Amino acid sequence: MTNYHEDTTAEIVKEHGLSDDEYKLAIEILGRAPNLLELGIFSVMWSEHCSYKSSKKWLKTLPTEGPQVIQGPGENAGVVDIGDGDAVIFKIESHNHPSFIEPYQGAATGVGGILRDVFTMGARPIANLNALRFGALDHAKTRHLLSGVVAGIGGYGNCVGVPTVGGETNFDPAYNGNILVNAMNVGVAKTDKIFYSAAGGIGNPVVYVGSKTGRDGIHGATMASAEFDDESEAKRPTVQVGDPFTEKLLIEACLELMSGDSIVAIQDMGAAGLTSSSFEMASKGGTGVELDLSTVPCRETGMTPYEMMLSESQERMLIVLKPGREADAQKIFEKWELDFAVVGTITDTGRMVLKFEGETVGDLPIDPLALASPEYDRPWVEVPMPAFVELNVPSSVKALDALKTMIGSPDLASRRWIWEQYDSSVMADTLQKSGGDAAVVRVHGTQKALAMTTDCTPRYCYAHPETGGAQAVAESYRNLVASGAKPLAATNNLNFGNPEKPEIMGQIVGCVKGIAEACEKLDMPIVSGNVSLYNETDGKAILPTPVIGGVGLMQDSSVMTKIAFDKEDLDLIVLGSSNGHLQQSIFAKQILGSQEGQPPAVDLDKEELTGRVVLSLIENEMVVACHDISDGGLVVAVTEMAMANGIGAELNIDESDFGLLFGEDQARYILATEDSDSILLAAENAEIDALVIGKTKGNALTLASGASISLSELSAAHETWMPGYMEAPVSREA
Amino acid sequence: MKSAVIVFPGSNCDRDMQVALREVAGKEPHMVWHGDSQMPEVDVIAIPGGFSYGDYLRCGAMAANSPIMREVVAKANQGTAVLGVCNGFQVLTECGLLPGALMRNASLKFVCREVNLTVEDNTTAFTFNYSKNKPIRVSVAHGDGNFFAEQATLEKIEGEGQVAFRYCNAQGELVDTANPNGSMNAIAGIFNEKRNVLGMMPHPERHADPATGGNDGRLLFESLMGALS
Repeated sequence: MTNYHEDTTAEIVKEHGLSDDEYKLAIEILGRAPNLLELGIFSVMWSEHCSYKSSKKWLKTLPTEGPQVIQGPGENAGVVDIGDGDAVIFKIESHNHPSFIEPYQGAATGVGGILRDVFTMGARPIANLNALRFGALDHAKTRHLLSGVVAGIGGYGNCVGVPTVGGETNFDPAYNGNILVNAMNVGVAKTDKIFYSAAGGIGNPVVYVGSKTGRDGIHGATMASAEFDDESEAKRPTVQVGDPFTEKLLIEACLELMSGDSIVAIQDMGAAGLTSSSFEMASKGGTGVELDLSTVPCRETGMTPYEMMLSESQERMLIVLKPGREADAQKIFEKWELDFAVVGTITDTGRMVLKFEGETVGDLPIDPLALASPEYDRPWVEVPMPAFVELNVPSSVKALDALKTMIGSPDLASRRWIWEQYDSSVMADTLQKSGGDAAVVRVHGTQKALAMTTDCTPRYCYAHPETGGAQAVAESYRNLVASGAKPLAATNNLNFGNPEKPEIMGQIVGCVKGIAEACEKLDMPIVSGNVSLYNETDGKAILPTPVIGGVGLMQDSSVMTKIAFDKEDLDLIVLGSSNGHLQQSIFAKQILGSQEGQPPAVDLDKEELTGRVVLSLIENEMVVACHDISDGGLVVAVTEMAMANGIGAELNIDESDFGLLFGEDQARYILATEDSDSILLAAENAEIDALVIGKTKGNALTLASGASISLSELSAAHETWMPGYMEAPVSREA
Repeated sequence: MKSAVIVFPGSNCDRDMQVALREVAGKEPHMVWHGDSQMPEVDVIAIPGGFSYGDYLRCGAMAANSPIMREVVAKANQGTAVLGVCNGFQVLTECGLLPGALMRNASLKFVCREVNLTVEDNTTAFTFNYSKNKPIRVSVAHGDGNFFAEQATLEKIEGEGQVAFRYCNAQGELVDTANPNGSMNAIAGIFNEKRNVLGMMPHPERHADPATGGNDGRLLFESLMGALS
């Protein structure tokens, strides 16, 4: 029954990644077979990357609303009210597939794309963060990918002049063939100067600004929606090349145009370039659009309409202007030496009509294509809670030796080698950068500050997706609280394997359920996000990695806390219940060689309550230093606090109490204080467990038995692993 | 003190410099666009950090040939104080106001960290609020800050006492581990012969507020304020 246009074949349809059913639906929508250009447009609009067809059903279950939310998911980025007429605008997005193929450019353009998502809405970007996952340490590509990704993130962000202030990096063999590069950007705008993407005003001009269109990145969205195999290297030409200098010009030019009132709608050209930007704008505005592709600024001669519509050349934006504002707008873009072209008009036809050299080369109805894109209820199987595993610690294990091993292990060692390659202090508003709980950036010219963090513990998510999803949100919440900020909202980046496999779909469903429950309970609505599926190579999937990007607000940045002990004789108090949960911990992995059992339980009521109490103690200036307890447990957290300023601690903990030292029970914070009576009273009143564990003292870490290890020895282990790994001579072994 | 900040399209520390100058001088600096060929009458001209024209070629090489730099050179030669930070230092060496060149960091990587600097000469308009025996703490953030000069030039710079700052440890000692980029003689900043032009890789403007990293950078602007007002 299926028929083909004269310039396509069954083979070409297949290459475009459309299933038989999807192709039939395309014919039904058009009332005829699509030509090659139209087929290309269907292909990218219905790709997993653009349509969220596998995840849409589940994404709808996430809480996205709250009095603080100005704009939830569905726009370029989420918008949250931070008072005084200011708004924070933020989003996280993946660039996983391109970064594996070409790490420098893949990561760089990931940063560029997320910056555009944020400034498109009227914000000046003020901070970059990231969440990175790489394969096994001994995998042949790991160092190459890590060094390329880090250089690419730095190369782009440093040039644009937006500080990169935080992030996380993990290693696991599950990422050997599919690294994860998730980039987050945070910007600040005025609430009365926020720009949206819905087109409007029949006859209004559609304007193209930024870089010229080249042949790069064609089918990037389709590539990001397929599994990898040995042939993936051949896809290198579909990776785009970034130009941060042009991005910087584009930010300044757009913000200058936005300071006036010429703009009706604005949208960046990200995945699927001109196609998805024009489609989304018209679809959201309920309009049609007519584009004359002969007017598109091209980098090369002889580009076809197909190439122009599918190009993913970077640093481009599409703007709908009010009538008669073309000359004013053009002047601004010429000042910044950027291309400017009127490429079309808004129509009332509800169709996208594409013209080239006087002829109509494509004609598609907008709503059926953009809104009626497939939505699947893919089959899934629930991942059960693993059986409880009793872990026995051999008598040969010495607590402080284990601590040194762990703190210098790839899981916990310092990431300084990475973050020193990022300009973290440009814009001169960075109050706290990588190395603490959350990064903190001041809202320029005010006393307010925003705290931000990226978090996910993939080993928990793999063991039990629902617990892992909730834990990622809980850890984000704790990191914000520990810096002195009230958690506001979050963005998420859901990275998974092939959703057509029921067990992978089960991971997605479980993680989303956990995230939804935690966001609801902790009042952190999800305001933006991104889904990256098909992270599989030769049938092997990544660990489920739902990264949470959390943002919190400090009304007065002078209350900010850091993790560093800044003097001796401070009391150290653990708030929250310690139950000695060692399964799935870093101690179990690094010291006992066990990666089995249950992740620590997440009690959201306790998280919320403990966080609320800690925040009020910080706001009342009873806390000198604060750190959440996560990977590695209590003694790792104390060590990080001690190493930050070279002041040690004497702990009254028994050397053999491995559960207390290294357990990863959730909802816990360490507070260093001169006012322990007030803290203990507050804990008692709130019915939260509080445990005095010792005092800050000297330049070593000492346990109840008197066993001791110097901070210099711990710091050396902590700081040397990554430079040693990255800068060791290249091995010639196969 | 009247000041001007040169703004190239890829400058990204122009606002930071503007804020530091405004806070110290109590007057709004002139922000001078790279395409302008008129320089307002000012006491000090600052060339901020960033990537002037993208710097895909040699850093600062294109900026050195921009219309506004002809004005900056003319003013410098008439004795106006000129401060170039990071990319600004690169531009000053490219346009010949300062000797030497800034090469790729020895590590081949961008480096952003706080460093300690010795103050080599505290008798200039830029540095007289500093003490010679107390290191200052400021940030570097660059990929190309490795100061190089041919032997004769280096000898002249050292012989004439033109070195402004050197990378050191917290005790003020010149040790290799304190040098973030491989600069010759640990040079972090230099003066011209007349001491009215200073180029430096570290960013004093990022350390002009205790909340964001201390006041050691602010002292440089306060020195200028004292000398030029």
